[in-house]
Amino acid sequence: MRHLQVTDFRSWEHVDLPLEPGPTVLVGPNGRGKTNLLEAIGYVATLGSHRVSTDAPLVRHGRGRALVRLAVVNEGRELTVELEITPGKANRARVNRGAVGRPRDVLGILRTVLFSPEDLALVRGDPGERRRFLDDLLVQRAPRFAGVRGDYEKVLRQRNALLKTAGKKRSGSRDDPYALSTLDVWDNHLATAGAQLLAARLNLVADLAPHASAAYAGVAPDSRPTRVEYRSSLGGALPEGYGRPGGERAEPEKLAQILLDALGESRATELERGVSMVGPHRDDLDLVLGEAPAKGYASHGESWSFALALRLGSYELLRAESGGEPVLLLDDVFAELDRRRRARLAEVAASAEQVLVTAAVDEDVPGELKGTRFAVSEGEVRRA
Amino acid sequence: MYEGVVQDLIDELGRLPGIGPKSAQRIAFHLLATDPADIGRLQDVLGKVREGVQFCEICGNVSEQEKCRICRDSRRDTSLLCVVEEPKDVLAVERTREFRGRYHVLGGSLDPLSGVGPDQLRMRELLARLGAEEVSEVIIATDPNTEGEATATYLVRMLRDFPGLRVTRLASGLPMGGDLEFADELTLGRALSGRRAL
Repeated sequence: MRHLQVTDFRSWEHVDLPLEPGPTVLVGPNGRGKTNLLEAIGYVATLGSHRVSTDAPLVRHGRGRALVRLAVVNEGRELTVELEITPGKANRARVNRGAVGRPRDVLGILRTVLFSPEDLALVRGDPGERRRFLDDLLVQRAPRFAGVRGDYEKVLRQRNALLKTAGKKRSGSRDDPYALSTLDVWDNHLATAGAQLLAARLNLVADLAPHASAAYAGVAPDSRPTRVEYRSSLGGALPEGYGRPGGERAEPEKLAQILLDALGESRATELERGVSMVGPHRDDLDLVLGEAPAKGYASHGESWSFALALRLGSYELLRAESGGEPVLLLDDVFAELDRRRRARLAEVAASAEQVLVTAAVDEDVPGELKGTRFAVSEGEVRRA
Repeated sequence: MYEGVVQDLIDELGRLPGIGPKSAQRIAFHLLATDPADIGRLQDVLGKVREGVQFCEICGNVSEQEKCRICRDSRRDTSLLCVVEEPKDVLAVERTREFRGRYHVLGGSLDPLSGVGPDQLRMRELLARLGAEEVSEVIIATDPNTEGEATATYLVRMLRDFPGLRVTRLASGLPMGGDLEFADELTLGRALSGRRAL
């Protein structure tokens, strides 16, 4: 990243921030908008915020739209991505001042891994948090999955709507042959779209798990061993080895048939409850510490280590693959870590091609990361 | 809020598709400032459109008579039937001047979220037509989105038992005059899987 400009984004009226390779540190008291800048960068990479699920809070209070412009050097090519965020309307994107068809087309230009205090939810939160983690990483890995994910969600909503109405009719009197025959159609589409998403997630977990375990061992060498496993709603129907490091690569064609069979088996229950019971939207990522699930059993410190390990593992995974060095974004995390974990994170961060760090006070930033330093105060960012 | 009938007009206009509150207001004030004769013409057309326009009893397209212009045209190839979602899709295919067959307008696509199932679409009429007419090929031209694809799948399943009937789907892929490098992965992927030998 060479240059970040934001206008009417969160608390910022306007910011102009030149960026250089290596570490960049943003220091300033709480509530001055350091995180907002990282959030803006993350938005360019993922078209979403790590803090909120809707766009409305991203726009400065009282303004209609926010602008984020980021100059990125990707494999030697300089590209300027410009996003116009207008809540309630379609966002608009431009690359090098030329409009692109859909904002989705800017995915893949910049790849980031962001580690923030919110990440504790990866370990302690609902399965939805971990699914989102996997899907976001999937999109960073291969942007086309943004479309696959969108298609799946759309088919799922349609199918659930049909299950609800068909279920009602059924309990009323006779089976409605029309509703059931259209259910076959939606089953088919759900299985096809779901299999693509599921296969990609399984292969992702197979590739990510070794990186995450290694990262955990790095931050907490004396700890019990960890495992990261995909838990599918297909249960035992999932072929052995899928989603495991070194195991068989998951194939969408095979999974589509398995999903279709599973949908057939659970149809009666689904009609009764009016929701789809199998598919990637019911899956989870199991985080295991020793022999117990991290959720509920891990201490606060262990949970933090696991969250950090997942992010560092993601970083190492993206780094090992082609597509341009990912940018590491560390949002106010050093203050939360003990000395050993702080040192390990600093070590990885110092080796990154580019890393942005926010901290409330200078002392929170490890010595290795003394790069370009900016002081963030009310409404402005100054080079310090 | 404006007083009385002006606000009523703005509210009514705002209910039309693609018109937000701002546009509705602009149109309303434009109408207030317009020559009475122009308003009269608009009133006239609005009145006629409900009474005068009907749907073709064969294909379901908008028509001024019981049968639409295309269904009345004897030069049309009756062995080809193109199934579309909306009357405006008929117009789109007609503009190509490539298609000499006839149409069947479904009146939408399978959309459970909006409560649209096969019963709400003109599926029964399609089956009746295939039973009565000498159709040898059905071209499914529903939209290439989630609902359109589901409708296409449903049609394929419904029609596969008709002996001797060829069922085809419009190809999807790259737009003409476009650049390959700017095509999104989904479109390009479809174009690849649907490639043809030259």
